[in-house]
Amino acid sequence: MNTLKRIGFALLAPVIAVLIAMLATSIVILASGSDSSAGDFWSVILAKPENRIMVNIINQTSMIYLSAVAAAIGFRMGLFNIGVEGQYTLASYTAATFAGAALLPGAINVFASLVIAMAVGAIWAGIAGILRTTRGVSEVISTIMLNSIAAILVGYLLDQYGEHGGNQVRTKALHASSQVPGWVPFEDRDGAIWTLGLLAVAVGIGFWVLLNKTRFGFDLRATGLSQTAAVASGIKVNRMVLVSMLLSGAVAGLIWMPAYFGSAYTYGTTFQAGLGFTGIAVALLGRNQPVGMIFGAVLFAFLSAQSNSLVFQTDISPSVVQITQGVAVLAVVIAYELVRRYRIRLEQRSVARARTAPAQEVAA
Amino acid sequence: MSAAAADSVSADAVHAPEVRLSGIGKSFPGVIANHDVDVTIRPATVHALIGENGAGKSTLMKILYGVQKPDEGTIEVDGTQHSFRSPTDAIAVGIGMVFQHFMLADNLTALENAVLGAERLHGIGDKARAEFESISSRYGFGLRPDVLVETLGVADRQRLEILKVLYRGAQVIILDEPTAVLVPQEVDALFANLRDLRSHGHSVLFISHKLDEVLAIADDITVMRRGTTVGEADPKTATKRELAELMVGSELPSPETSESTVTDVVQLSLRDLTLTDEAGRDLLSDITLDIHRGEILGIAGVEGNGQAELVETVMGMRRPTAGRIFLGDEDVTTWDTRRLRESGVGYIPEDRHRHGLLLDSPLWENRILGHQTRPPSVKGPWINRSGARKDTRRIVEEYDVRTPGIDTVARALSGGNQQKLIIGREMSGDPVLLIASHPTRGVDVGAQAAIWSHIKRARHDGLAVLLISADLDELIGLSDRIEVILRGRMVGTFDPARVTPQDLGAAMTGGNA
Repeated sequence: MNTLKRIGFALLAPVIAVLIAMLATSIVILASGSDSSAGDFWSVILAKPENRIMVNIINQTSMIYLSAVAAAIGFRMGLFNIGVEGQYTLASYTAATFAGAALLPGAINVFASLVIAMAVGAIWAGIAGILRTTRGVSEVISTIMLNSIAAILVGYLLDQYGEHGGNQVRTKALHASSQVPGWVPFEDRDGAIWTLGLLAVAVGIGFWVLLNKTRFGFDLRATGLSQTAAVASGIKVNRMVLVSMLLSGAVAGLIWMPAYFGSAYTYGTTFQAGLGFTGIAVALLGRNQPVGMIFGAVLFAFLSAQSNSLVFQTDISPSVVQITQGVAVLAVVIAYELVRRYRIRLEQRSVARARTAPAQEVAA
Repeated sequence: MSAAAADSVSADAVHAPEVRLSGIGKSFPGVIANHDVDVTIRPATVHALIGENGAGKSTLMKILYGVQKPDEGTIEVDGTQHSFRSPTDAIAVGIGMVFQHFMLADNLTALENAVLGAERLHGIGDKARAEFESISSRYGFGLRPDVLVETLGVADRQRLEILKVLYRGAQVIILDEPTAVLVPQEVDALFANLRDLRSHGHSVLFISHKLDEVLAIADDITVMRRGTTVGEADPKTATKRELAELMVGSELPSPETSESTVTDVVQLSLRDLTLTDEAGRDLLSDITLDIHRGEILGIAGVEGNGQAELVETVMGMRRPTAGRIFLGDEDVTTWDTRRLRESGVGYIPEDRHRHGLLLDSPLWENRILGHQTRPPSVKGPWINRSGARKDTRRIVEEYDVRTPGIDTVARALSGGNQQKLIIGREMSGDPVLLIASHPTRGVDVGAQAAIWSHIKRARHDGLAVLLISADLDELIGLSDRIEVILRGRMVGTFDPARVTPQDLGAAMTGGNA
């Protein structure tokens, strides 16, 4: 199978899924009997983003992508870390508290906070990993429960130790010397693209290298593809479970860091919740592939950001795009399976042809 | 137990239909599981279907029970042609099946298990209970309706499974290797139950590869080999030898080894190896054996007598409860699988799909599997893609793996070609010991001959081989020495030059031929 065909197959499923999602959304808008038509909806969504929204899309993409990678590390070895949400919530709070305390100066403070965020995320995920390897507790159950625990814990700690102002609570604000705002591509009022969004680029490259170029990545993929074959090949599955949970949690810890150091400067109402679940959806959409998830993250960020304009230009609720996102994920899972089966049939046919040919030609 | 049944024969008699399978064929990608299969099950008989593993028995049963659809051929029940789309259709005409692995809910009672999914027949109340008790007493099952299934032993569970299909009105009952899980006394009790069923007019299709049992219980015998029915035998006149010959066939290439290459150097040594499961039962007891360089040691035994556990223990996938394992001079008892593999232990697993391959990965990635820490697949912590690809090309060429290329996924290859790839891989990196578990199971005759010659050549070069096989001809032909395993113990050593399959068969079953 040549490269072109390979790429074609890889794109086939997501393209089908997105088309189905667009169709389903249009049907919902039609059925809802709103004054605006599906055409209005798509003309708003597919319009060229305003500068402000463009910046927003890029910033959101970086955080969604980090979240998707965190989920994908687990998914690639058949480990369902549904707890990205809890891991980054707790990590964000802890890192924000540490950074706000300004124990270290300037850039060192930023660096140390990132390490702390990763460590907290890893520890929180590691709890599920240890429960799984020592007690056989399904990581799906434990991570979901840890999500709730993290939310309650952060709420309590923030209330106890945060700064109360009006009816809001937040962590101590970040000192100006540790702020990492970013690059302003348009006007100042359109906002800045956060520098730490580059973390997503680094993590993406790291994930790709890890998966495809390292022994560890091979072991990880092998365990995901067939645990029994992995054991027979000498992989210690329990160790892999623990290490990938820690890695997954560490990446999860970074999710909100670009926003914190870029514009939020404090953990409070500014915290953006829900990215952990978005990441899971994007990981599914991108087939847990480093490159595929970029497209998934851009798509989700684009739809969410553009949907804000719906309020001004139509009477369609912005939450309609969640239907588009949801259907896209569902459709892509089905479409991938269909494409996979079709590919196997094609390969089997080409194998059958090869069997009749002499082996030498085949080897050459 | 059988005496109790005689009195009620006339009252409860059922009239099982005649079931005729003709010209059944079924292929899966890369494998022909069944072709030209003809079987007729006469009413009120026990019909045995025998054949080696991989002969296509299970596929045939799944077709008869509606789990799989045949590609060709017909199923006739009392002269009417049927095409089953699901087990429901099969049950509707009175065909029921008990699978080898029981399908019971442990946390429900026996009665609840019987009723589950068949609530429409007799409700879930007193009528259901009455029906349950009536079946249980009619066939002497002795099952109490309110006992929790988790407290039942294997034999009772099996009876409950049979009761379940009777409850659903089955007249023809398919039993897939029912004796594989039973001890001899339980087998006798099962046979008494089967005779009761027969005397009440039921037919039983009994799948097995244990010849003694088949001769003891069957009225008719059909033999399958390599996916097709190759003959029928009358249990009154047939001998085990005749059946074995039919099962194995005479067309097989002979695996005969040439002159001995056995050296004095011990490569693998097991000392009093014992493995105990969680329940405290011994899976392996005091196994002591040596394999020398250049020697093939064959392990003969009825499947499920500890072969798989032995392999997994030697491979470091299970930790022995007692005893020691030595590889050369080193005590490797506590080594893990990867360390063993790194020190030159090759492994051809019994189930290549589950343990030997990443089916959805390309061949060159499969080349790395099990060799993740050794060149040419890796360089330090990095995967050496070009090295692995180059070496995969070498294996494809040297081992005649028929594939369009090394980027093809393993799943697309036929069983024989998958196995040749595995053998090529496990022979890479100068192994000192090869653990070969059923190396030619489910592969075609051509690949079988090739695999045998690869193993023989490696033996000539000084490789020590632990060979486990259900194919006695393969064992006798390849091995320098044969040990027989029975219930986790080594019960006899044979010289393959002098032993006959009959002698082995007798030792394997712990009785006389």
